[in-house]
Amino acid sequence: MGIAAQSRWWQPRWWQRWRSSPLGHSLGRDRIAQVALAVLLLMALAAVFAPVLAPFDPYDPRSIDIMNSELPPAWVDDADPQFVLGTDAQGRDLLSAILYGLRVSLLIGLCAVMLQALIGITVGLSAGYLGGRVDVILMRAADIQLSYSTMMVAIIVLAVFRTAFGAQLYSDLAVLMLILVIGIAEWPQYARTVRASVLAEKQKEYIDAAQVLGYGRLRIMFRHILPNALSPVFVISTVQVANAIISEASLSFLGLGMPVNRPSLGSLISSGFEYVFSGSWWMTVIPGLVLVVLVLVVNVLGDWLRDVLNPRLYKGS
Amino acid sequence: MALLEVRDLVVEFGLREGASMALDGISFALEPGERLGIVGESGAGKSVAAFSILNLLSAPGYIASGQIIFDGVDLASLSESALRTVRGRRIGMIFQDPMMTLNPVLSIGEQMLECLRAHSNCSESEARHICIERLRQVQIPSPEQRLRQYPHELSGGMRQRVIIAIALLLDPQLIIADEPTTALDVTIQAEIMQLLRELCDNEGVALLLITHDLGVVAQLTHRTMVLYAGRVVEQAETAALIRAPRHPYTRGLLDALPERTEPGRPLNQIPGSMPGLQSMPSGCAFHPRCNLARARCQSESPALQHGVACWEAAC
Repeated sequence: MGIAAQSRWWQPRWWQRWRSSPLGHSLGRDRIAQVALAVLLLMALAAVFAPVLAPFDPYDPRSIDIMNSELPPAWVDDADPQFVLGTDAQGRDLLSAILYGLRVSLLIGLCAVMLQALIGITVGLSAGYLGGRVDVILMRAADIQLSYSTMMVAIIVLAVFRTAFGAQLYSDLAVLMLILVIGIAEWPQYARTVRASVLAEKQKEYIDAAQVLGYGRLRIMFRHILPNALSPVFVISTVQVANAIISEASLSFLGLGMPVNRPSLGSLISSGFEYVFSGSWWMTVIPGLVLVVLVLVVNVLGDWLRDVLNPRLYKGS
Repeated sequence: MALLEVRDLVVEFGLREGASMALDGISFALEPGERLGIVGESGAGKSVAAFSILNLLSAPGYIASGQIIFDGVDLASLSESALRTVRGRRIGMIFQDPMMTLNPVLSIGEQMLECLRAHSNCSESEARHICIERLRQVQIPSPEQRLRQYPHELSGGMRQRVIIAIALLLDPQLIIADEPTTALDVTIQAEIMQLLRELCDNEGVALLLITHDLGVVAQLTHRTMVLYAGRVVEQAETAALIRAPRHPYTRGLLDALPERTEPGRPLNQIPGSMPGLQSMPSGCAFHPRCNLARARCQSESPALQHGVACWEAAC
């Protein structure tokens, strides 16, 4: 009953579907993937509920007292127990800043990858299915895009934008700009992957059958070929999320990403880095650890997904 | 009036070496409710004929000339969007390999529903009713549960039944079956043949059956057309063709049936193989493999006269 009873007459019961799928089956026995998924979910929840969980609001200047600056984490001597992970140079609570920073990092990572996927899948699908001149033009465009490194494009675009429109507008639009820049710089990964699997699917007889049934091109492309070409997309998506989070962190570290008053993990690391040599290691090490763990669990899940979705690697049951 | 009339259909493949003919002026007609078999070896052009009727030849193939008149309209000159209202709705098609013809990621119900939605605007409950009705017609047990299942959960014979159900979904006037039983084992083959025959009889659907199996043709069709190297070499009532084949190629095909060989002796076969598109012999394309070939066969190509295209048989 419940959700299962609501499924439509043409749909299999969702729970049976999940249980019998290779994903559900494999997750049940892969301890590392379970742990990675649990950690990722925990971090995602922490990020989503940051306003509830965080003891202070790091975006509110009134909650910051400069007298509290550079306090060490709670387990170190002469710490203030109200700041569990210590404070940064402005006296901001580091735990709150990390929770909000995680939020920004995840938001930018996911949205940038969605944008990459949207552009890349559309381009790859059109190039693969329509072929001919469309294919040549789109894939050469992808090659050109790939010949510029992501960081180079991002640095130039962001630097020009900041000079042209001023720091104020820049800090207002920083999230959007980072999503756009990282999203646009990396779409060819998706386009190439999707195109390759579309070319393989296009040859199969069920596509002939779909044409015989009188379906239009768009319907065949999006409803029949795309779902069959999606497994590699899931795999690269995980890697791309990790990459996008790292790109954002790198740009923020270089001072081109999130402004200091709305920090992401990268800008926290960056602003704390200046104080490392004065002994305040926690300001940069703790956000750094969070970033490493986040990227690590995403990559572990990506590896697991690749093993499950790649039929050549099926190891028995 | 004939339901389908193909006139002088020429299909060419534009290859790097120049265009070569896959179908060289074939003509035939199909009455409503009639069942016509097209037989021939691999490479004779059977499947090309089937796909050209739906104007779905994939590059580099194209219809060079000729007409395909279906219900008074020439499909060869119809626009793509007009063709889509014919495909799936008025002409259904069944393919060789039921393992490959269903989309692996859509449930049976989704695939049937999609076909209904693409061609008619019936409500969801009507659609469900039609789907179940069709599945029952092709003798699938507990159709309600099948709708939720994916193709990989069904056996080969079951899948072919689903494919037939989808082909019949919108009451087409013609079904093109391209080797519908080749990929199935013999007992299932017989069941599917029986099913096709009953469905065509009950619904008054015409059937164009493409196969290399003369046994299947004999069971199912009214008339038979034998193709060799893109040409019709013989056309006759199926019973007459089986009883008294006139073209040496048809005779060769019939002699090659295992039941026509005495036990313990090697199977009869036609020596040689079908010529490739690039290496078509002069005159009658069959002459290098024919034991009746004369000098005339090497130079002049015989036309189809009185249902047979052969210099030796025609006179």
